[in-house]
Amino acid sequence: MSLTAKDVAVVKALWGKIGAKADDIGAEALGRMLTVYPQTKTYFAHWADLSPGSAPVKKHGKTIMGAVSAAVASIEDLPGAMSQLSELHAYKLRVDPSNFKILSHNLLVVLAIQFPSDFTPEVHVAMDKFLSAVALALSEKYR
Amino acid sequence: MVEWTDFERATIQDIFSKMDYESVGHNALARCLVVYPWTQRYFGKFGNLYNAAAIMGNPMVAAHGAVVLHGLDKAVKNMDNIKATYAELSVLHSEKLHVDPDNFRLLADCLTIVVASRLGTGFTADVQAAFQKFLAVVGSALTKQYH
Repeated sequence: MSLTAKDVAVVKALWGKIGAKADDIGAEALGRMLTVYPQTKTYFAHWADLSPGSAPVKKHGKTIMGAVSAAVASIEDLPGAMSQLSELHAYKLRVDPSNFKILSHNLLVVLAIQFPSDFTPEVHVAMDKFLSAVALALSEKYR
Repeated sequence: MVEWTDFERATIQDIFSKMDYESVGHNALARCLVVYPWTQRYFGKFGNLYNAAAIMGNPMVAAHGAVVLHGLDKAVKNMDNIKATYAELSVLHSEKLHVDPDNFRLLADCLTIVVASRLGTGFTADVQAAFQKFLAVVGSALTKQYH
């Protein structure tokens, strides 16, 4: 399920529209994930406040979206671009890769809310494929 | 038995009481067929599903989307007995339609996204949690009779 030229164009176009909203989108997606899939909170037991909109959630949402934005910029070589982050997730964070799908789903929900007319089925499938490719690149170093 | 909080019950009743079944059903099913094209395997008799535009414009998809959404009504009206309520439909999906139960989750995700785009900021994280829990319970009930 590799990205076609059309997928790449669609993802880059949507990312252009997202622009400065990226940080908020990341924070909201993360907050939703922690609420809708409470098992994901197990990875953040060290945070003082896990509620949506809290400082750690906002900060981490921004971190995540920064990485996703970088992935959009390096969309032609995701495994290469995400190599270091993959090592981090594999050896240090040890996040079960099934959680990447969960976060992706919540990112898509936030995009649907914030860009209802832009998030057509074609844009949805391209974004889903892209986020799946990012998740795959993140899982590269696991074993 | 599934435990529902007052908030969850109220949220589900609220969402479905305001829902445009025809539109949401059509859009959710069409989206599922576009985003997860392998789901088209179950709709060989639906004619042209060749691209997103064809799928969105296909009247059989629209009609069937509404059928599926109205099927959710049973659960909305019987939240304390969803498993028994869907026993027959579960047998149908298993024995006659041969639908891989993973598809219930795929459709549920598409339905979540369509409802999210309609409700906008009203689709808070707590509302999303209630909605997804409801759809997961329905999916589980539909899977129950598979063997």
